[in-house]
Amino acid sequence: MEIKVLQNILGANEAIAAQNRQLLDEHKIAAINFMSSPGAGKTSLLLQTIKNLKSKVKIGVIEGDVASKLDSDKIKGEGVAVIQISTGSSCSLEAHMISLALKDLPLTDIDLLFIENVGNLICPAEFALGEHKKVVISSVPEGDDKPTKYPLIFTETDVVVINKLDLLPYVDFNLNNFRRALKGVNPKVKIFEVSCKTGEGLRNWYSWLLSEVKAITTR
Amino acid sequence: MHELSITQSILDISLDKAKAAQAYKINKISLVIGELTGFVSECVQFYFDFLSKDSIADGATLNFKLVAGELRCRKCSTTFNPKDIMWVCPICQSRSVEVIGGRELYIESIEVETNGDKSPTKYSGS
Ligand SMILES: Nc1nc2c(ncn2[C@@H]2O[C@H](COP(=O)(O)OP(=O)(O)O)[C@@H](O)[C@H]2O)c(=O)[nH]1
Ligand SMILES: [Mg+2]
Ligand SMILES: [Zn+2]
Repeated sequence: MEIKVLQNILGANEAIAAQNRQLLDEHKIAAINFMSSPGAGKTSLLLQTIKNLKSKVKIGVIEGDVASKLDSDKIKGEGVAVIQISTGSSCSLEAHMISLALKDLPLTDIDLLFIENVGNLICPAEFALGEHKKVVISSVPEGDDKPTKYPLIFTETDVVVINKLDLLPYVDFNLNNFRRALKGVNPKVKIFEVSCKTGEGLRNWYSWLLSEVKAITTR
Repeated sequence: MHELSITQSILDISLDKAKAAQAYKINKISLVIGELTGFVSECVQFYFDFLSKDSIADGATLNFKLVAGELRCRKCSTTFNPKDIMWVCPICQSRSVEVIGGRELYIESIEVETNGDKSPTKYSGS
């Protein structure tokens, strides 16, 4: 006999993501999901941000980027709470992994939580984690057609950080083409243009983060 | 690819539903998959065969119903299926488009055998 199911395959993930979100809200923690191709600069942006904001807000990190074992020591060196998730062969963080990590973090002592996802522009678009904002980091050497090649993740994200601006003179990357392609699939997206190397453009990024923290803590 | 965890979900949901119907075997699982989900159906059957061993879903066939990606142009409202990864309106060439279909990822139905099953055709040949 046939049984109608009509059930979302990712429903379990979404239910857990909703629980994570609720827990984060209860503790008034702003959670940011960092996504990018490998090497675009998630960890670099994280480290810069921690250095600059740790005296203003209490920061926590969930590190899911396999390539970042070394980096998680660097983050610890900054004195912020960090949980390293070993994702194994997984291509994306999933809500249940975040749920476990949240159990191990000092939630009452965190205002701003960064989640560094696995370096991949396809799979993380499918898995809600319970985050408040999605941030995609796209770097200049990757080319200005990234939003055209991976439209789904660029459609879903709240923010795009264009990183490695210092390399603009050396590569064929047209900022206008990038912005146009991005705004095409996502008219509401916020764009920051930065270099984690020189520090250019980071101030606006920090103000945005602080305003997100404020929005959540004063809610 | 996230097929392994997706396959596990497909199995979990199906076993759940089969159990609720007191079925002793799952023969077929019908899935609806949007083209824009980046989902690769080939490896799912492979993972499924592996994960479903020793369960009542062992040997079940997965049936994939693929749904084409569908976009709508924000400028001229034309709806179209993207031919490749380039999302460009075929009428006005605008790149300002929104996704209106192709993100589906759900189980439509499962076919099971129960003791009260009255469809003898299913048993022919076995
Ligand atoms: N030139 C330049 N290199 C950068 C910049 N940001 C990061 N990198 C380098 O890019 C490489 C990958 O960065 P990482 O933060 O590990 O990327 P992730 O894989 O996304 O975490 C490292 O060698 C960084 O030093 C930047 O703004 N300019
Ligand atoms: Mg990293
Ligand atoms: Zn058009």
